[in-house]
Amino acid sequence: MNLNELSILSLYSAMGVYALAFIAFSIDLARRSSAVGAVQADELSSPEARGAAEAASGGTTTLTRISTRIANDAATPYGRSASLRVGVSLTVLAWALHLAADVLRGLAAGRVPWANMYEFAMTGTLLIVTVFLIVLTRADLRFLGTFVTGLVLILLGIAALRFYVEVAPLPPALQSVWLVIHVFVASLGTGFFALGFALSAVQLLQFRRESLVAEARATRLRFVATLPSSATLENLAYRVNIIGFILWTFTLMAGSIWAEKAWGRYWGWDTKEVWTFIIWTIYAGYIHARATRGWRGSRSAWLAIIGFSAVLFNFGIVNVFFKGLHAYSGL
Amino acid sequence: MATLSRPSDHYDSRPARPGADVTQPRLGTSGWLRWFWRQLTSMRTALFLLLLLAIAAVPGSLVPQRSSDPNGVTQYFANNPDLAPALDTIQAFDVYSSAWFSAIYLLLFVSLIGCVIPRTKHHLQALRATPPKTPARLARLAGFTTRDAPAGTDPAAAIDSARGLLKESGYRVARFDTEREASVSAERGYLRETGNLVFHSALVGILITVGFGSGFGFSGQRVLVEGQTFVNSLLAYDSFNPGRFFDDAGLDPYKLKLDDFTVDYETENLKAFGQPLDFTADVTVTPRGEDPEPAAVKVNAPLRTGGTDVYLLGNGYAPTITVKDPAGKVVFTDSIPFLPQDANLTSLGVVKVPDGLKKQVGMIGFFYPTQAEAQSGAYFSSFPDLEYPLLTLNVYAGDLGLDEGVPTSVYSLDTDKMDALATRTTTVKPLELKPGETQQLPGGLGSVTFEEANPGAKKGDFSGSVLRFASFDIHHDPTQGWVLLFAVLVLLGLLTSLFVPRRRVWVKAVRQDDGSVRLEYAGLARGDDPALEAAVAALADRHSARLTSPASAPLAPAPEQT
Repeated sequence: MNLNELSILSLYSAMGVYALAFIAFSIDLARRSSAVGAVQADELSSPEARGAAEAASGGTTTLTRISTRIANDAATPYGRSASLRVGVSLTVLAWALHLAADVLRGLAAGRVPWANMYEFAMTGTLLIVTVFLIVLTRADLRFLGTFVTGLVLILLGIAALRFYVEVAPLPPALQSVWLVIHVFVASLGTGFFALGFALSAVQLLQFRRESLVAEARATRLRFVATLPSSATLENLAYRVNIIGFILWTFTLMAGSIWAEKAWGRYWGWDTKEVWTFIIWTIYAGYIHARATRGWRGSRSAWLAIIGFSAVLFNFGIVNVFFKGLHAYSGL
Repeated sequence: MATLSRPSDHYDSRPARPGADVTQPRLGTSGWLRWFWRQLTSMRTALFLLLLLAIAAVPGSLVPQRSSDPNGVTQYFANNPDLAPALDTIQAFDVYSSAWFSAIYLLLFVSLIGCVIPRTKHHLQALRATPPKTPARLARLAGFTTRDAPAGTDPAAAIDSARGLLKESGYRVARFDTEREASVSAERGYLRETGNLVFHSALVGILITVGFGSGFGFSGQRVLVEGQTFVNSLLAYDSFNPGRFFDDAGLDPYKLKLDDFTVDYETENLKAFGQPLDFTADVTVTPRGEDPEPAAVKVNAPLRTGGTDVYLLGNGYAPTITVKDPAGKVVFTDSIPFLPQDANLTSLGVVKVPDGLKKQVGMIGFFYPTQAEAQSGAYFSSFPDLEYPLLTLNVYAGDLGLDEGVPTSVYSLDTDKMDALATRTTTVKPLELKPGETQQLPGGLGSVTFEEANPGAKKGDFSGSVLRFASFDIHHDPTQGWVLLFAVLVLLGLLTSLFVPRRRVWVKAVRQDDGSVRLEYAGLARGDDPALEAAVAALADRHSARLTSPASAPLAPAPEQT
């Protein structure tokens, strides 16, 4: 068995473990729903009881806030969950297998493992999970586990079935240090945008729930009540998305420098350049929307969602079906 | 909170006074202009234009563009004869230089400039201003914390100590003392607004540089066969696209000779067999008035010489073909670049012999570096390097169409007014030649020779038998350095404007009725500032520590006050 075959084995194993993690995270969401149902049934949420609970759990002194940094301001406090911990552990295990698959592919090819669609997909999804796990150490976003493992599983499935190519040496056009920098930073930016997308989507769900609660109407998707408030989610999404935006700005610049060296011009409205520009503009719009009265909240969240959709379109559709100079999909 | 001279619909600026629109006077011309300007420079308009720009950029990726894919445009016209002209009238093939795309980005940049100038003015004033007066009630502000000062602390001394602490942390500070209480007001993070202004100004800088600077550059293409020399002058280019303000007297007439073109092919990995691994054009550059020096041009490593950048864009084979008349006199000899048709370099070229023979002769040649035969009998190339080279020539005689003064492409042959002498459908089949071989032309017109480029080679070794050509793009773009500079400023401005927190912090010492001193701390975020509460708490901790440690706690108020 050669290195590439080991890489494939490791990747399929990672996909299996991601699937288990996805199940564990899904069970957790279901438990959240039933937990909210139980709270409502017990009518524990009388104003006085709720106030006392919040005073007890919300951290009255500023000192306790420093360690958590992001206040857990969920409407319904949600305790420790075994399935959540199982989900995170399985994600870490799957991530390790995924990392091994990526490194082995790189060793098999004798270069960085991001020179064709199969490898972009493998490295890009690895970075999505990496960003997720790093952010978990700073904020409790484990409720996004279903989204992250689900998205990564789908992308890896498509990559393994449709994008797989044998190990091939780099064509002269890709023999540049900028391949290492430009493509890596773009993939890393995608990791942040993916997380920002998920946070913005949950923000919209949460905002809808909050509006329904304010109008004293019935809510669906009860687990949303255990998640942070829409304002907190919006702030988190913003922080994640601006990191993505900075990385994307750098991607554009590094790409221009490389384009000048390889193609003789730093900007030529190649289809991939056009879409990179469109994505940059959408996220620039998102940041401006956050500073425009009437556009904060749900409207800006929609822009973040459109932005990540454009990122996926740029990866999955433009690379494969559009004619242009970035013809390195290997397909 | 003081406004930052931001557009009125910036969420951080003061909302319009209620009822302000009730007593509005009638707008005159200047009033309307002012209204229009306010609309244009509002956040909402900027946002709208930004999103419109994103949408307007989409069609350029769906339809081929003349700027990046001119052949694709020609093909599109051929495939969609009805739709293409309609699209052309709305400039769909020139999206990024179209009137409507330009209108959007120019309006966006006018809006941007209209926003940046007043903000810059305001920011310059803010940089000199002192922090505002301490609010009466800090309890309503972010991160409000109270501490009891150690017994015997003087309010003014405690605030002096806080002031020192804040100054050390890079805050600008101001003291505000009253009878019962002393306080310090501090602000930091002016760099956030500076970064924001640098970011936006640098974007304007990129636009202006590209808009005007690129007019001074040029780009040209030139194909060189191994052994040929190019002198950087207008006539030596195969094609030349000058900028609007380009003066060709500015061309530095250096010489560039293509000595050798080498390609490495993958031969070990069977899954990528024949894939090129490296292209190297070894050249000799002779700058004007200087000695020749060797250099190399590679795909990701352009040659920078004589104020130009030389890029390696393409390559292929250039078989040397000699045509003689029946008496054996050479009427044509040249190395002709053949255009590659596939990854294994099956190449197509055209030979035109206008003079010296009984009739004008045109030949369409196919060159196979490693010839192989399909079951159908068709030839193809199975490997891009010279393993078993073969040249086939379809021969036509008649009118080449060169005498009408209409420019024709050297890569195509119009056979409408010519007779097919040797093609797949005529009785005489196409001529087949290996390097060094000669064949007679049909009809006793003469002979054609496929010259061996390396006559001394051993029999069966074809590795150097056919010359290669390289196509070079030669550019001069005076904007490049400036655009890079502005791009770096964009990135730096972005980093500071998003990550430097702009915040105000207040520390107040209030003498209580029982004589003890209560210390109050609070902050105010100006823009996104996730760490504000933690920063206020940390300040309170450090200040308390300083007050309790006797070494640094001042016993009496310091005389100087800001």
